[in-house]
This record gives sequence, C-alpha cells and structure tokens, in this order.
Amino acid sequence: MFYRESGQFSSSYKQDQAIFPLRQDRIGLILILLVAFFGVPLVASDYLISAIFIPFLILALAALGLNVLTGYAGQLSLGTGGFMAVGAFMAYKFATGMPEMPIVLVLLMGGLMSAGVGIMFGIPSLRIKGFYLAVATLAAQFFIEWLFIKVGWFTNYSASGVITAPPLAIGLPFTSLEYVFDTSAKKYIFTLCFVVVLALATKNLIRSHIGRGWMAIRDMDIAAEIIGFKPLQTKLSAFAVSSFLCGVAGALWAFVHLGTVEPEAFGINRSFSILFMIIIGGLGSIMGAFIGAAFITLLPIFLNNVPPMLGMNLAVDLVVHIEFMVFGIMIVFFLIVEPHGLARLWSIGKEKLRTWPFPY
Amino acid sequence: MQNFLGEFYFFIEVLISGLLTGTLYSLIALGFVLIFKASGVFNFAQGAMMLFAALSFVGIQEKLGVPWPVAFVLAVLIMVILAYLVDKLVLGKLVNQEPIILFMATIGITFFIDGFGQTVWGSDIKVLDIGIPTGPLFIFDILIDKLELVAGVVAGVMVAGLAIFFSKTKVGRALRAVADDHQAALSVGISLHHIWIIVWSVAGLVGLIAGIMWGTKLGVQFSLSLVALKALPVLILGGFTSIPGAIVGGLIIGAGEKLAEIYIGPFIGGAIENWFAYMLAMVFLLFRPQGLFGEKIIERV
Amino acid sequence: MGLQDYGVLVRRNCEPGHFHIEPLLEIGKSLLFIYCLATIYYLGGWNRFFRDSSGRKMMKFKNMFLSVVGAAVLAAPFTAPAPAAAEESLYLPSLVYRTGPFAPGGVPFADGFADYWAMINERDGGVGGAKVITDECEFGYNTDRGVECYERTKNNNKGALVYHPLSTGVTYALADRVVSDKINIVSMGYGRSDAGDGAAFPYIFPMSTNYWGQATAILKYMGTMSGGTIEDLKGKKVALVYLDIAYGKEPIPLFEAAAKKFGFEIQLYPVSFPGIEQKATWLQIRRNRPDFITMWGWGVMNQTAIKEASNINFPSDHFIGNWWSGAEVDTVPAGAAAKGYKSAAFSGSGKDFPVIQDIEKYVYAKGNGAGADQVGTVLYNRAVASQVLVHEGILLAQKKFGVASITAEQLRWGLENIDMTPERAKALGAQGIVPNITVTCENHVGVGGGVKIQQWDGSNWSMITDWIQPIDEMVQPAIKASADKYLQEKGLTRATCK
Repeated sequence: MFYRESGQFSSSYKQDQAIFPLRQDRIGLILILLVAFFGVPLVASDYLISAIFIPFLILALAALGLNVLTGYAGQLSLGTGGFMAVGAFMAYKFATGMPEMPIVLVLLMGGLMSAGVGIMFGIPSLRIKGFYLAVATLAAQFFIEWLFIKVGWFTNYSASGVITAPPLAIGLPFTSLEYVFDTSAKKYIFTLCFVVVLALATKNLIRSHIGRGWMAIRDMDIAAEIIGFKPLQTKLSAFAVSSFLCGVAGALWAFVHLGTVEPEAFGINRSFSILFMIIIGGLGSIMGAFIGAAFITLLPIFLNNVPPMLGMNLAVDLVVHIEFMVFGIMIVFFLIVEPHGLARLWSIGKEKLRTWPFPY
Repeated sequence: MQNFLGEFYFFIEVLISGLLTGTLYSLIALGFVLIFKASGVFNFAQGAMMLFAALSFVGIQEKLGVPWPVAFVLAVLIMVILAYLVDKLVLGKLVNQEPIILFMATIGITFFIDGFGQTVWGSDIKVLDIGIPTGPLFIFDILIDKLELVAGVVAGVMVAGLAIFFSKTKVGRALRAVADDHQAALSVGISLHHIWIIVWSVAGLVGLIAGIMWGTKLGVQFSLSLVALKALPVLILGGFTSIPGAIVGGLIIGAGEKLAEIYIGPFIGGAIENWFAYMLAMVFLLFRPQGLFGEKIIERV
Repeated sequence: MGLQDYGVLVRRNCEPGHFHIEPLLEIGKSLLFIYCLATIYYLGGWNRFFRDSSGRKMMKFKNMFLSVVGAAVLAAPFTAPAPAAAEESLYLPSLVYRTGPFAPGGVPFADGFADYWAMINERDGGVGGAKVITDECEFGYNTDRGVECYERTKNNNKGALVYHPLSTGVTYALADRVVSDKINIVSMGYGRSDAGDGAAFPYIFPMSTNYWGQATAILKYMGTMSGGTIEDLKGKKVALVYLDIAYGKEPIPLFEAAAKKFGFEIQLYPVSFPGIEQKATWLQIRRNRPDFITMWGWGVMNQTAIKEASNINFPSDHFIGNWWSGAEVDTVPAGAAAKGYKSAAFSGSGKDFPVIQDIEKYVYAKGNGAGADQVGTVLYNRAVASQVLVHEGILLAQKKFGVASITAEQLRWGLENIDMTPERAKALGAQGIVPNITVTCENHVGVGGGVKIQQWDGSNWSMITDWIQPIDEMVQPAIKASADKYLQEKGLTRATCK
C-alpha cells in the first residue's frame, strides 16, 4: 500500500536507469537527507553530534569502503584499519607539507594515497582466496601500523608518533577569507557532505560496468573471467576504490573527529569492528554499511546508558561484560534469523510494505 | 674466529628459541585446525575459548580450593558444556549456511565468551602455577626456556594423540567422514551434531592446554586472547586443514620471526615480529595458495 | 501535554546548541503508550504483517512480547534521568578501564579514585560543604570510547571539573577539546610530556613529573649505582625496553640527548604491542650486555619482561622500570623472577598513611568500597595521590572565590596555585603519598616534584631512595620546544599568565 510501484512508468531509458527509480525511494532519501542536514544539527545536543553522529558517519564511510571490497567484490579483508591509517597520515603530510592546499583536496589526497597502497596489497588476491586472503591482509594491517610508528617522516618527527591535525578551514579563492569548521555542528555538516557524495558515487559505481565486474568476480571468478572480466583489473579496482573510501574515512577520523591521532587508533580492533559492521548490516549493500555502522557504534553506547537510566546502578565493568554478551547474542541471533544482515531485513520489510495489508 | 663462533652460537640460540616459541603458537593453531577440518568453520572464537578455559581452570582452583587435576577435569567439563551449547544454540541452527556466516557466528560466540568469562571469573590478573618448570636452562651456554621445552613436548604429544585419534578410532574416522562430505556422512548414519560437539570439545581441550601453557607464561588475563593473533600466520602457513601443518607452520613462523627481529629488525627500527610473521606466511601462500599442507583447492565452473 | 507544548518544544530546540530533553521525554512516553496500545490492538493484523514468506505463522505472544520489549528498550533513553541535585555539589567524572587488556592496571586506579571521594563524602560531608559526585565511565583503554565518555559526562551535574583518563591516547585526543570546553585534565605521571608548559596547554596538569623528567631521574639513579653522579655513566651501556606505541616512544629523544651529553651508550629495544612475546628482544640484550636496563612498559608487557630478564640472568637490581612498570600487578605474576626488581615511583605504597587508614575506616569498615584487595597497592595509592592534589585545588578555589560549587575554570586557578608543602600534605593525611610540589600557571608539572626508586622484595614494594630531582635544564627546554611546535601546527598562540 505504502510502497507500491504501480502507476509509475518509465517513458525513457534515462528514467529507467535512474539511480532511484521508485518515487517512494526518492522521497525517502530526500527526507533522510533533510533530517540529516537540517534536523540533526538543529535538534541534537552537542554530545550526540560530536560523540555519536560524527564517528558514526565516518565509520559508515569506512564500512562502505570495506563493503565494496568484501561485499561486492568478494575479497575478505582485515586490513581496513591500515588503509584508514594511510589516509589519515598522508593527509596530515599533505596538510603540513603544503599548507596552502585546500582541506577538501587534502582529505581526498589522503584517500588517493590509500588507494595506491590498497592496490599494492591487493596484488596477492590474484592467487590467494577466501580466509587465506583475510589473514594475508592482516599483513597489510600490521605492516602499515608499524610503518607509521617507526618512520618519523610520516609524523613530522613527533616524539610520540602522535599527529595533531591542523584546524579545518576552507579559504575562499583569491581572498584571505576563511571559513573555519570549529563547532561540532559545523564539523558534522562537513563530514556529512563527504559521506553523502561518496556514498552516492559508490552507489553509481556499483551500477556500472565496473561494479558488475566486481559482483561477477565475487560470485565465481573463473566464470567471470570466461565472460570477459579481467581478474587483475577487476580485483585491483575493487581494492583501489575500497581503500580510497577507507582512506578518506581515516583522514576524516583524524582531522574532524579526534583532532589528534596515533597509529593505534587504526589498530586491528578497528579492522575487526568495521568487518562486523558490514557483516551485521549486510554484505553487498550500501544501506547495510550504514545500518551496520549504526548498530556497532550505537549499541555499546546504548547499553551503557540504559541501566543507569532505568535506575539500576551496576558496576561499570559488569555493564561492559553484559554489553559483550548481549552483543555476541545479538550477532548470533541476527545470523539465525537473517543471515544476510539487517539490510536484508529492511528489504523484506519493503516487500511486505508493498503488499500490506493484503498479502495474498 | 672466536667472534665468528660467538655469532654462530648466538644464531643457534635464536633459532632454537624461535622454534620452541613456534610450538607455543602451534598449540593455539591446533584448535583452529581441528574445527576447520571437521566442519569447515573458521573458528574466530578459539582465542576466546583458550582464555575462557584458562580462566575457568584458575578460577575453579581459586574459588573451590581444589587441587589442579580436579580443576582440570572440571574445566574440561565446562568446555564440553560450552561445545554442547554452541552446537545446540548456534551451529545447529546454521546448518548449510555459507562459511562466512558461520565465521560471523563464531565472532558472536567470541564476544559472548569474553563477556561471560570475565563476569564469572573477574578481569584481574591471575597467577597460574601448576608446577610446570619455568626459567632458563643452559646447554653449552645456549639459553633455552624450560617452559617452551615443555610446550614443545606437549605439542608433540598432542599431535601424535590427535593423529591416532583421527586415524585409529571410530569417532576419528567419523570426523574425517564428516569433513569430507556432510551429506554422505549423514547418509551412513553419522550424527552431525554428535560430531560437532566432539570436535568443539576437543578444540576446547586443546584450548585449555594451550591456555595453561600460555597462562603459566603470562598469567591468566584478558591479554591471553590476543595471543590468538600470533597463531593466525601459523595457521595459513600450515594450511587450515592439516594438523602436522600447524606444527611445521609454527616452527617456521617462530624461527622466522625471531631471526628477522634480530637480523633484520635493527636496520629498520625493530619490533617487526608482528607483521613479519604475516608477510612470511603471505610469501609462502603466493607459491602454495592453500598453505604448505592444506588440501589442494580445486575449482570448477 | 497539548499541541501548544509541541510547538514550544520545536521552537526551543531550534535555537542552535540548545537541547531540552524533558519535553522529548513526554513525547517519548506518549508514543510508547500509543505504540503499546496499537501493538495489542492490531495483534491480528501485525501477525499477518510478520508472517514470513513460507506462510509460517509466528507466535502471537512471542510477537507481542518482542514488540513490548522492543518498545521499552527503544524508549529507555528517554526516561527521566536522576533529578539534578539542588544542593551544592562538585562533579568529578572518572574515565576508567576495568575491562580489556589493560584492566589489571586500570582497576586499582579506578578503585583508589572511587574510594577516596567516598571517604571524603563520608568523613567531611564533601569538600567545603559541597558533596562530591563521582561517576565512572568505562572505556576499555579505547581512545574513541574515551572521547565518547568525555563528551557524555562533561555537561552532567552542572559540568565536570576535571578528568584523569589514565591513557596517553585519550589525553592526547582530549587536549584540544578541553580548551574549548574549559575543563581540566590532571594527567599525573602520563600523557603529553610537553603539556607541562602551562601557557601552551592551560587546562592540562601533568603534575609531579612527566616522562622526560622521570627519564633523567632514572639516569641519575643509575649514576648513583655506578659510583656517584650521572657523570659516572660515562662509557656505560643503558638499554631502554619500551612498548612500541606513543607512550613508550615518548622518552626516547630525552634518552638520546642525555646519552650524547653524558657519554653513555643508549640501546633501544622496541617491543611489539602488546608485548606478550619478547624472546628476540631479550636474546639481543643477553648478547649486547648492557649495564642497566630501564623499561617503559604497561600491562602484560611488564611481567613478561621481568621474567625474561631473570631468564637471561640479568641482575634484577640493575633493571629499573618507570612508574607504570612497577606495581603489584607486574611483579606478583612474575613470581620469584621479580625479586630485587626496581622501579620509579612518586607515591608510597602500603597502608601506613592516615588517608588510607581513613578510607578503611570510613568506607570499608562500613561495608562499602570498590575493591578491598587493592587498598594500599602502588596504583591505588597513586590514584589517591592525584586526588589529594585535586582536593587541594578545590579547597584553594573555594577559598579564593567564596563558593562551594566551583566551576572548572575556578578549579584551574586552584590547581595552578597548589603549594603542597609537607605541612599541607600532613593536614590532608597524605604525607608520603603525595609529592611536595608547587604548581604555577607557567609550570603545570610543578616545581619540586621528583621521583623515588622503589624495590620489590618478593612481597612488597619499599622505597629505597629519597626524592631524586629531574635534570630541569634538560627537561624544561625540551618541553618548551615541543609545546611551541604544537602551537605552531595548531595555529595557536601562548596563553598569558598574569
């Protein structure tokens, strides 16, 4: 009833190939964007914005990156944290080495550098597959982390290896005017712009020849090769796009969220948690990356906040242990109910909405 | 000449201690192999199981005040119950799912056991001492850690025991049958559930033994579950499906990372052990994508 | 609640930066109520809705139960928080890690903090008539969770006064935020070494001494052991075994400068995080035979290193850890290997201090308390020491500004004027626990702080030296240079000290 496509006709190929062919989808997306751009910064408190929404958006971007590689191209990777680190540290180098470079370009350059590193570590994927590849990508994770700790050049020879991001400011060309993103609401908008643009770009990329190549490789690489997708280009392009998104996410993490960052912020736990995001959200789904990121970032905070609000005064360590247990139970529960992630639940829901209230 | 001899002695010392450390890694890798071999599940929870087993073992000793053999039996019992629950509540409900989904399920199990173990036994550090000799042993002035020597012996015994178990006993043969083909095994009357419970129990037992060895070395605390990361390169190097592979992989990784740390490390800044093990494994994989002893992957369209 | 109120709510919340939870709670509650009613009423219809594709019917009650539980869980954050206390209060949130890989070190520290303020509330009824509200937030030594904790707690109860994250990573991450929020950080013995420059980091107080000062003090002690002064280290070999993360790398530049200045050789041995496997490091040390070893370790690394040092028969009294490498959690698991091991410290361990005895009397004797077996341990007492300083800062600020519920900005003034003379320390019952330092606006480390060396005798830590002063002429310029670099990167200027 609410979600019925009857009566919506495409009268040109252009309409037929639209990114969101259904009117309801378009309206929904516009509503979400309106809320995200205007509702959240106006209504949400400082705490919600700076400690929850900003990290959520950045991690969703990283999850999107991993989803390109793992969900769409079928290459299991545990090196996400490493690629994020490349983005963060290279962006820092660009920002300090070339102070006149605009900040947006700095962040994108961080992503590009990360894409280069991603291609390098993607080469073994031509021979190594499945879980073997997952463990091999850990080599990337540990090596990159070590590199940034060891090589002083990356951190401008800071004693402890911690980098301090310069302030976020966009200068107007040909003037000395600057717009500084200093409050959390401004930083939020800044992050949101990045995430929305990149997510839409990824969505489009996936609908293109390249994206179909990734999915073909994922489903059966030999068959994909036979129908004309070159494994080398296809796999490496997946690594490149994935690392680019992760790299930008890492740079945003350093520049927007934390302000200062040490290599351990992109440790192995970060890689795992992003993998969990796409697994729980749904492999091979843009929506899934966002739902998964929301689930993983919000659930612990939520569980932490609930007992005190219900008047229970539990010891903090017990709360964390319970959080671990609930988290584990929920993962297993979701897998049993719906092995393809929360995004799948969402699409089942849409199916139901289409026929509701007369399913037969 | 004297100097050269000294260097040679040092090289031997590093090599031996690397090999022995490697067997400690093998102990953990064995648990992964067992479960992967029998059910095709990459058990992410092995590290957590090791921590949980060791925590239970020490916790029982502490709280009940029983001698360690009794605690050992009780800890094994706990691991069997855990295996039963895992089969009943998790794997049994996920029959016929893709490997990645089973892998995720074990991630869920990891979180649960980590939280549960610490809730029951606390997260402070516990001393584990059941009389396993520790400390140095000098043979021709070559330093050998007694604990690692014991670990080597234990690993050897376990591999021999598991090999006999797999090849000589009825249960072992059933395990191999299940590993080869679930459906065929079912059709000759092997109960999948029983097999899974047995495999997870054995993996729990292996985890307990590994936990005791590592617990003697480090004390029993949360960091113990991080040791599992050390076992992953061993696992891919040896192949996911081979028990001897776990041992050989352990030896290569152990010796490789120690030699690299000492002979390459100083030139590039040191502390390279972590990534070097993975790089080493990756290089091996480029030549044999299924690991040294893994079963050959045959792909058909 | 009528429609009008909704209008008010929307208007009020549309002022940027304002967020009012109370009307939202009302909406949440009414929504919850409507939702529950609807669930029950439409159960038949909902059942059809939730039927899965195979036509299998889900259980009615399960469905209802799940909906109600789901609604309750969703609505839970909107239920009312505890009503704000009308009386005078001081809010001291505590970022702790009682879980995770570093829990063994985090637990005693968190307990010491909680117990000290519980004792003050019980014994004195708070500070200057204001009750102390403490609040733990668990972050598991995870930097971004720590930041989240900070953001969550900073505005509670009229605003947080001071934080002490006990994590170098979190201290770094909060360095910017505390400036705009005007909240203090007391990072006693950890965090940014350069934050001692009060003009560059006006809200961070790495009191007592920092890592750089500590490094010089340890070197001085090694000098004493080898005959007399630090000059006697000439030609000796000193090994630094450190955890290869930000924290462990912090003292390296200072050690290298000192090596050049005093003519000894410094050997660096990084240990991969988290330090469970150190065989290669110690085989190298065995070959290179340093005269002294010092260690910058934390967590499981410490006891592993102590064991390995004893394995290579290194004389344990020539092995001196820093103050995060010298607590019961490091030596007890190492067993006999730890006997004779030394470490730096700035607060005494044991229970022979009036303040600790008061904690036992006012907290534990009444059946409260966070962890009885931690009382008197090194890290527990260190937490007490840092809180004694905060206590003193609060007292000074209350006196100066004449209010009981001081603000964070006023507390900053208090902390900058601490003069912890032995008499003051005695009055607070903490002589021997708290270092006798004088803090100023320019110098947030405090003048007069130093390091003592303690030794583990197999069952207890005991102090074996008096205060050793850091070599200020090496430390202070380094602090200034590093702080200047930070200011330059951030595009900031020095604050002025009046």
